[in-house]
Amino acid sequence: MTLTKNRNRRVSGAPRPARLGRLFTGLIFVFLYAPIFVMIVFSFNDAKSRTLWSGFTTRWYAELLEDTTILNSLYTTLSVAVLSALIATVVGTAAAIGIHVMRGPRRTVMLNLNNIPVVSPDIITGVSLRMLFVALLGFLAIFGLNFRLGFGTLLLSHITFCIPYVILSVLPKLSQMGKHIYEAALDLGATPRRALGRVVLPEILPGVISGALISFTLSIDDFLISYFTAGNTSQTLPMVVYAMTRKRLSPKINALSTLMFVSVLALLILINVFQARQDKKRRQGDTAKTRL
Amino acid sequence: MKKTAIAVTAALLLAAALPGCASLGGSVSPGGSVSPGEQTPLMGLEAYLDAYPNIQDGPLYGTSINVNNWGEYLDESLNRDFRELTGVTVNYGFFETNEKLYSSIRTGGSSYDVIFPSDYMIGLLIEENLLLPIDTDLLGNYPYIMDDYKNTDYDPGNRYSVPYMSGTVGLIYNKAYVTEPVDSWALLFDPQYRGQILMFDNPRDAAGIALKMLGKSFNTTDEDDIRAAFDLLAGQKPIVQAYVMDQIYDKLESGEALIGPYYAGDAIIMMEENEDLVFVHPREGMNMFIDALCIPASSENTAGAYLYIDFMCSTEAGLRNLEVTGYTTPLQNVFDELDDEVREDPLMYPPDEVMARGEVFLNLPESTRALYNDLWSKLLSE
Amino acid sequence: MSRRLALPYAFWMALFVVAPLVIVLFYALTTEAGGFGLENFIKLQVYVPVFLRSLWLAFIATVLCLLIGYPAAYILSRETPSVQNSAILLMMLPMWMNFLLRTYAWMSILEDQGLINNLLRSLRLPALNMINTQGAVVLGMVYNYLPFMILPIFTIIQKIPPSMTEAAQDLGANSRRVFRRVVFPLSLPGVLSGVTMVFVPSVSTFVISKLLGGGKQLLLGDLIEMQFLGGAYNLHLGSMISIVMMLIVLAGIQIMNRFGSREEVALP
Repeated sequence: MTLTKNRNRRVSGAPRPARLGRLFTGLIFVFLYAPIFVMIVFSFNDAKSRTLWSGFTTRWYAELLEDTTILNSLYTTLSVAVLSALIATVVGTAAAIGIHVMRGPRRTVMLNLNNIPVVSPDIITGVSLRMLFVALLGFLAIFGLNFRLGFGTLLLSHITFCIPYVILSVLPKLSQMGKHIYEAALDLGATPRRALGRVVLPEILPGVISGALISFTLSIDDFLISYFTAGNTSQTLPMVVYAMTRKRLSPKINALSTLMFVSVLALLILINVFQARQDKKRRQGDTAKTRL
Repeated sequence: MKKTAIAVTAALLLAAALPGCASLGGSVSPGGSVSPGEQTPLMGLEAYLDAYPNIQDGPLYGTSINVNNWGEYLDESLNRDFRELTGVTVNYGFFETNEKLYSSIRTGGSSYDVIFPSDYMIGLLIEENLLLPIDTDLLGNYPYIMDDYKNTDYDPGNRYSVPYMSGTVGLIYNKAYVTEPVDSWALLFDPQYRGQILMFDNPRDAAGIALKMLGKSFNTTDEDDIRAAFDLLAGQKPIVQAYVMDQIYDKLESGEALIGPYYAGDAIIMMEENEDLVFVHPREGMNMFIDALCIPASSENTAGAYLYIDFMCSTEAGLRNLEVTGYTTPLQNVFDELDDEVREDPLMYPPDEVMARGEVFLNLPESTRALYNDLWSKLLSE
Repeated sequence: MSRRLALPYAFWMALFVVAPLVIVLFYALTTEAGGFGLENFIKLQVYVPVFLRSLWLAFIATVLCLLIGYPAAYILSRETPSVQNSAILLMMLPMWMNFLLRTYAWMSILEDQGLINNLLRSLRLPALNMINTQGAVVLGMVYNYLPFMILPIFTIIQKIPPSMTEAAQDLGANSRRVFRRVVFPLSLPGVLSGVTMVFVPSVSTFVISKLLGGGKQLLLGDLIEMQFLGGAYNLHLGSMISIVMMLIVLAGIQIMNRFGSREEVALP
């Protein structure tokens, strides 16, 4: 997220990219967008074929909007993403503050543990969480508590793989802050809780927000971990897409891609406009405090 | 903190290690949480509708059942109709192969109310106590099941399964490119068609073809025979374009691939899309299968499952399911409604001399199943 | 600000990060029959080809991403901020869309009856066999993970203080020398994180190989999925494959970090 902020700088002293360089980056964009372009075009194709054009239609969109499986999965995906981003942000921010004041081996252990979900391949996170949940559910069943893999386990898994990213984006803000701010607040008579809420939190807020956004994005995009932990009652959109690729083809999948592309595009434009306005306001507000 | 962590992990390890209870599907303790199945007496659809003429009064109103089926194997609008009729929502999911269905059920953690496994898999699921017995006396439409489908090898007396469809496996090819006369599985092994051949993405069907090529039974437990079959498949791998299940529809319909083995009922659908496709029952012999409706032991809405199974045996559901698939119905009521043209279709109702070449898959002993798993992973790994 | 604030997370990690791995390890070391030991590890020799193929394809994909991504990041860093912003947005946009959909779209492009081959045929050129090959799988990896390479490298090149490059120029270095002696060494941490972010998902993917490899180019991810939810149910073997894959990945990261930190030490 921070990448989109208007903070980018040119490596000065170096010459502007030559035409060849521009051509090269242009080709990369062609590569990145070619399949998306193909999907968009063929989402309007009248025939079922993915490669032969036979006329314009919007019926795949109509069919898509009637497909309750897809609509339900969209709802599941969004609820899991919102909830997991919220919970991961709260738990992760608290943990980051806790880790920030830790010293010595305790801190090292926490940071190393935090890195496990970040560096381990998704499939291992998914498989291991599945094993855990199955064992836990079996354990609970001994006491007559019958739970199943479903929305709950899906949410727990998403929170688990999101928290480390919140911590990683909050910790740097905490070290930038300098501890005297918090101490000064205490000296001035603030209770620790008040000092935390009124002084520390505003300081680290950008890190908290970017942590929440990263969590939201990761959760929406995740397929592998959901695939292993969701069971058969809750399905996220990526899981439905996977099932669609394993079945008889329906151009609905192209319509779905197009809609996703358009909404993501709209969202990004919105965020950027919003950020540009925020930046402007900030610059007008305190011209004295130049960032970076 | 450290100590608590150790305690928690220890408890978890214990749970994982406890025999059977942790990782197996059948771990639901009876008398635990209240499930509709325990409250509602099990009954067939008609009895239920008679007992609760107003659907909102029915005890199952607002509940749901988890149904897992093969893709393209049911008229999916029936699920909506079922909900409108009974108030029971159908969570409809898919499995690609019997083996994958087994993996999901065996690992546990999920509840399934109705599944559609094939014969040999039903045998295995029964053997491992993963199915609930079905009281067919309660199903109003069960008497329509033809006698040939009762008392099967995989489930004597149909104690655990209600037949859904039956069919045969055969070879599909594109006659615009394959012009020679075809009557043998050997076409799948012909290097002339390198890169144009599709193959089953499941061990039993794939190895079955190889076993028939070698003149063996599908159900051999002879290790040498099975190894020889997988060797044949390994030799075939370089000319195979892809290992597929339902992806075969697109690939054959569009001409992306020219040859592939699949189920006759699906072949009929493909042939409607692409007129160049031809289906044959190879002379070496082929699989005849019965897929049936079963209730897994993990079912939490068994009463709902009974209603659904009975619904699927009704004349209307049966006919509509035959509209979207090209399989053979075990239901007399549905068969009686069919046109003569359909009843004489050699793909849906192959003549006796073809059926004489057919063989069913039986559940294999555990050591043979383990051998299949090993050889199958190995085949795809190389 | 108390370290007690980290307590809930410590519990969370014990339960949802450490315990699952302990369970997987437990399964890896046991068998269905109740045996305990390295039996599953010995079984792995059959799957050596899968390990080699996964590592090899992931390696090629990583190298390709680096060869394409580094110049792109460098060129981008020399653009004006507004161009940079738009370029990065455009690069992130596909990443926000579901990767399954994007990979699926490549099928229509690469197939024998696909768009490229239709085009070739209409030009009376011979058709190419692209789908269901290792090349297609690598292409899928590069396509999906290229932005993961470009973004960290770009971020780090951008952070190099202008004073550094200016100083080098003032001391008489030409632009090639500035790049080789200043920019490139300073950008290494970005390269390392890019390499990790491309290599780890590439080595463990199971969908790309299914869609673009036709199920013939089995990778480690496929093999694991097969044991847990696929056609060859064996949780114990699947766990052992997972553990070994995890160890390989961790060893790789460790080696790269050591290599990276030494480079950093060598710099002012």
